[in-house]
Amino acid sequence: MAFARTEVAVVGMGCTEFGERWDRSLDDLLIDAAGQAVASVPGFDVRDVDAFWLGTHSSGLSGLALSRPLKIQHKPVTRVENMCATGSDALRNASYAVAAGAYDVVMAIGGEKLKDTGMSGLVVPSVPDDGTPVDLTAPAMFSLIAPAYMRKYDVSAEDFRAALTHIAWKNYRNGARNPRAHFRREVSKEAITRAQVVAGTLGIHDCSGVSDGAAAAIVVRAEDARRYCDRPMYVRALALAAGPADGPNDPDYDYTGFPEVRATAAAAYAQAGISEPARQIAMAEVHDCFTPTELVLMEDLGFSEPGMAWRDVLEGRYDLDGALPVNPDGGLKSFGHPIGASGLRMLFELWLQFRGEAGERQLDDPRLGLTHNLGGPPGEVVSFVSVVSPEPESVGHG
Amino acid sequence: MTTGITGFGAYLPRFRLRRAALQELLGRPARSGTRTVASHDEDALTMGVEASRIALAERSHDPTTVWFATTRPPYLDKTNATALAAALRLPDATGAYDVNGSVRSAVGALRAAAATAPSLAVLSDLRYGLPGSSELLEGGDAACAFAFGDDPLAELLAVGSVSVELLDRWRAEGAAGPSTWEERFASAPLVCGMEAATEQALGGAGLAVSDLNHVVISSSLTRAARTVARRFAPDVLAGHFHEAVGYAGAADAGLQLAGVLEGARPDEHILVLVGADGGDAMVFRTTDRVTERRSERSLQRALTDGDDRLSVASMLTWRGLLPREAARRPSPRMPSAPAAARNRAWKFGFVASRCRDCSTRHLPPQRTCRTCQSVDRMAPEPMADEGGTIATFTLDWLAASVSPPSVVAVVDFEGGGRFQCLLTDCDVDRVRIGDPVRMSFRMVDIAGNGVRNYAWKATPVNQER
Repeated sequence: MAFARTEVAVVGMGCTEFGERWDRSLDDLLIDAAGQAVASVPGFDVRDVDAFWLGTHSSGLSGLALSRPLKIQHKPVTRVENMCATGSDALRNASYAVAAGAYDVVMAIGGEKLKDTGMSGLVVPSVPDDGTPVDLTAPAMFSLIAPAYMRKYDVSAEDFRAALTHIAWKNYRNGARNPRAHFRREVSKEAITRAQVVAGTLGIHDCSGVSDGAAAAIVVRAEDARRYCDRPMYVRALALAAGPADGPNDPDYDYTGFPEVRATAAAAYAQAGISEPARQIAMAEVHDCFTPTELVLMEDLGFSEPGMAWRDVLEGRYDLDGALPVNPDGGLKSFGHPIGASGLRMLFELWLQFRGEAGERQLDDPRLGLTHNLGGPPGEVVSFVSVVSPEPESVGHG
Repeated sequence: MTTGITGFGAYLPRFRLRRAALQELLGRPARSGTRTVASHDEDALTMGVEASRIALAERSHDPTTVWFATTRPPYLDKTNATALAAALRLPDATGAYDVNGSVRSAVGALRAAAATAPSLAVLSDLRYGLPGSSELLEGGDAACAFAFGDDPLAELLAVGSVSVELLDRWRAEGAAGPSTWEERFASAPLVCGMEAATEQALGGAGLAVSDLNHVVISSSLTRAARTVARRFAPDVLAGHFHEAVGYAGAADAGLQLAGVLEGARPDEHILVLVGADGGDAMVFRTTDRVTERRSERSLQRALTDGDDRLSVASMLTWRGLLPREAARRPSPRMPSAPAAARNRAWKFGFVASRCRDCSTRHLPPQRTCRTCQSVDRMAPEPMADEGGTIATFTLDWLAASVSPPSVVAVVDFEGGGRFQCLLTDCDVDRVRIGDPVRMSFRMVDIAGNGVRNYAWKATPVNQER
């Protein structure tokens, strides 16, 4: 297995404001994010970067989408796409490149400019096909989780609705304390519960929004980290899985979770030497594209027992002041989901938290953080998990 | 060796528009009854497929020629009957022909089928026109299909035909519906035509009017049909379904014939008279076989299975008579022609694949087995007639649809296999996990350039209204 021990570290990061950035093109967002990341490393210049990985799902083609705006002088630039794990996969590939010794300093940058499409909701670009795949929107795909979970674990509609509402409320509340978030206002539980139905039992507040944004990370080998940064963020695990995409065809797939997430969580925990994630992980940024997604992710990531996540949510376990804060920055709920940027935006929050720079959202000395993304509809997803820490040595390892 | 009808089927769309609702919208005098309305995902082809499936159920051999008649062909220039043949999984060595454009095409299709047995004549139509037109008010959407071959349930004895060049009814390309001259103008020529055709056919069959047990009379000119009807004893006149269904154009005569055949006894004589551009007569005699095969999906049942809560606005929108503001979603895109051709057995015929090594069914068909990972060990697995149940479902209010919400169901098939598809012809408030469904061939949408995307959808079985 790759990455048996810590080999790379993040030594600089940047993140733009996310939102309906009518005034910024993708070029602008990438320049802004890259500039912030470079500026966060004392005495550093973008020309010091040996190679770049650009994560963008549908806003730019080839490495030129980065080299053109940054005027990169004949350096390697790779465009990465892996649905909603795009930004994280850019980080992953950049990390392997420095770990392998191919380069010394690399940048992983993700950006998306969704508001130029003019569409309501996310539009996934399509490839030519025979016309038979069902054209389902993202909210509809994930709305299938709700009735499945309620049936399997015998949860009443009221309780389940309350848990979903709590997740949205929590994330809006966190985002209200984040100057980079798209949505910076708290929303009452009543407004969330009463929102207009979009698909199944999901209302508008159960869905993350369509946004623009970009984020970037400078990555080096762990042994070089201190040359660039006083408080590096060490990458303790990187896991990616593309499932066989046969969930919708498998009578045994019950829409109450994601096997791909369980696989990546297991791989990441093994790499990082984590045996009790619920206890050892101090904070997690997870893919809350929709509220029921975040709920079942608590179980798939091992934070809650199967069938218990809804209770843990309602008890405040995952609130900012709970035992395991989830989406302390406000999540996809408050930032929206500029696809290529989200994974790196998640990492940025952990970066701030480890450095004591998270302002009103600051947690008390977190030592292990997790980021997670998933792309695709339930039953056919790509999943990514990372574990990061301010320390290179394993923490809490037996 | 006698040739005639060996199987038949009639299909009525689920939706009914109350004529009173239409008249009220237009500020016109009330009118009783209902008319059938093809759903937003139905057209002449899809309805024809449904009728054909009934006609060909339990067939011993495939038709070698198919004749498809409608006044509303989905495409011009391109044959529509080939899509019909693909949906029915007929062998490549099948002649599939369109007999398109006019109401009278139906007779042409029947006569051509009779001459090319074993064969299938599919008669399908959508009848409408601008609001205020009699076509919109009195028309009905429907389809029927007749298989022809040896050892029939109704032997074709003789035909008669009189053709009259008459500008009494026409539809120019691009017009919403047909235009007509004054009704009284065509009455006499059509009546004479039908009478002369009757004489020819009876003469050819060696029968007198009194030998007839059932008489089907179908004409777009009601006046002419009524006049001809007076020549026959009232008790032999076949029921027409204008009150509940409407005048079904190219499908009208066949619909009445199907109604007759469903209740006929052996050794009865049936006269089918069509009054359009002249007169056409066909004389059949039923055999012992007519009582043998009675389909569960009968016309009688379809007549009682309608949903009359349809709004006028929906009907007008579906027929393109009430343009609506589109949602901010991408417009429907046309399928890739090469992809559709490669996958035609799946796309048109709903033929899945089954792994020869472990028997896992795959919908859509795959080359790699998801259970045992064998490659290229698949056998074709026709699934169109398999029943299924809803494992889970959702209502999608965001998706671009002519008729929101889209209902997506995950269907588990009897004998294995799971598939995610659209659910149609359902009461969205009453869909439940566990509901039984059957598969139906439908038109998913029409792209901006007019290309239609066909696919199979699930429909609830016996959904209570």
